[in-house]
Amino acid sequence: MINSYGFRKLKNRLFFVLCAVCVVIAVVPLASILFEVAIRGAPQLSITFLTANASKGGIGHAIQGTLIIVGLTSIIGIPIGILSGVYLSEFGNNRYTQSLRTINNMLTQFPSIIVGITAYALIFNILGSSKWAFSTLTGAVALSFIMIPIITRTTEESLKLVPNTLREASLALGAHKWRTTLSVVLPTTKTGLITGILLAVARVAGETAPLIMTIQGSRYFFRGLNGRIAALPLEIWTNSLQPYPEAQAQGWGAALILIIIVLTLNIAVRLASRRE
Amino acid sequence: MTTLAQENITTKPSQVFQEIDSNAKMQAINVDAWFGQKQILKSVSLSVKPHTVTAIIGPSGCGKSTFLRCFNRMHELVPNAKMVGQILLDGKNIYDRRIDPVQIRRRVGMVFQKPNPFPTMSIYDNVAAGLKLTGVKTGKSLDEVVKRSLEQVTLWDEVKDDLKKPGTSISGGQQQRLCIARAIALQPEVILMDEPCSALDPIATAKIEKLVIELKQTYAVVIVTHNMQQASRVSDYTAFMYLGELIEFGETGQIFENPKNRLTEKYITGEFG
Repeated sequence: MINSYGFRKLKNRLFFVLCAVCVVIAVVPLASILFEVAIRGAPQLSITFLTANASKGGIGHAIQGTLIIVGLTSIIGIPIGILSGVYLSEFGNNRYTQSLRTINNMLTQFPSIIVGITAYALIFNILGSSKWAFSTLTGAVALSFIMIPIITRTTEESLKLVPNTLREASLALGAHKWRTTLSVVLPTTKTGLITGILLAVARVAGETAPLIMTIQGSRYFFRGLNGRIAALPLEIWTNSLQPYPEAQAQGWGAALILIIIVLTLNIAVRLASRRE
Repeated sequence: MTTLAQENITTKPSQVFQEIDSNAKMQAINVDAWFGQKQILKSVSLSVKPHTVTAIIGPSGCGKSTFLRCFNRMHELVPNAKMVGQILLDGKNIYDRRIDPVQIRRRVGMVFQKPNPFPTMSIYDNVAAGLKLTGVKTGKSLDEVVKRSLEQVTLWDEVKDDLKKPGTSISGGQQQRLCIARAIALQPEVILMDEPCSALDPIATAKIEKLVIELKQTYAVVIVTHNMQQASRVSDYTAFMYLGELIEFGETGQIFENPKNRLTEKYITGEFG
């Protein structure tokens, strides 16, 4: 009997096994990367390694650089991203919205090396000097080009989950639309917004390509917005190209730190969204 | 259904010249409304007298909620919604080009079908929301306004110790009274209620009905309801709508005991609905 109970049960079992095998195939490379980085990176960790600059064999300057550049990027990117998302969700009831949304979705997948070149060219042309073109500021501008479309999209999507009855309740009290949006709609979806922001921050913290074209890396601590600056992804990249085992080992250490930062952000996202 | 529809063509009151009723608090004059291509309201005219409760009854889809939402310009917020005609508030057309709908909504409050307190705000802040969101100054302190509004909806004793708790933490019936308190905190002139009891149990419904009758001391109330018994209990005037037209409008006693239109009679006796 082809369709007997036993055979159907077997098919069910086979389907489960197939899914489980695929999960293993997906997880094994990820786990092995984590494992390898932890094994090779952990021995590097020390106070000096975490706080000193490159000349003293540390990556403190790169950690500081990543924090500064991600912070600057957030200052530029979060307000623009959220307000764009608000526009698409709350005010974008016209025929341009759909194309804006498509372009924005495309930008979230944009090749990041092109973003870096664009930021370089933009700053070079605006400030008219190559001195500013390779700088902390340019790096933050480049990363905010990556951050904005992500936040715009997550903001729009979480705003769409706010029930319309709440907007109507506020408007029916005689509140203006901007007031309704700021005081009723945005607070209601606070966790959604925070999740989007943290995901975008985690994404830009790990970006390398746009930084090659903009901040260029540095062996020293922060030297001003118009100066070159180090960043963890860049530190990993430059160290991995060095022929010296010590430099490569430092690269592993930097990779571990970067993974820990991104992982922490992801856990924060989980906690923020669980509280809802 | 088709026979009923044909019957009411003969009673169609459209294109009748409507005089301005100087006694009315609000008056709708030949109101047509559309969602996209679909016409929802066909030349509906009606006046709402001060210190009365006007009920709008009719089967689902007859346009009663849409009509209600024309009274505080909420209808136009829906994409593709359109409206033609006049609605007067104290004799002035609220659809006048120079009038900001925001001003109208402060004077004409609304209570919705499902209780919709703001989930991020406390009970206190929900009541104060209207004043805070619109920046209205009442001359009295916010505490006083909140207390008075909650007392008016007989909610004060139930929540006075929990004012800091979220507005969504209380029961459905309490939430709906909270929403009424939120509306009256702004001291509007008219209160519109869109099936305010349809999501509530009988006990909560009885409380709201009692409240509606009390509210007319201060305000003009327009209530849309599915429930004919409710209309007969709370209202002074009743309008019966069917397929976007106003079939009959008159004193509630007359509509329920001695309807002039056969369609009204059929609806009230439960022959269709």
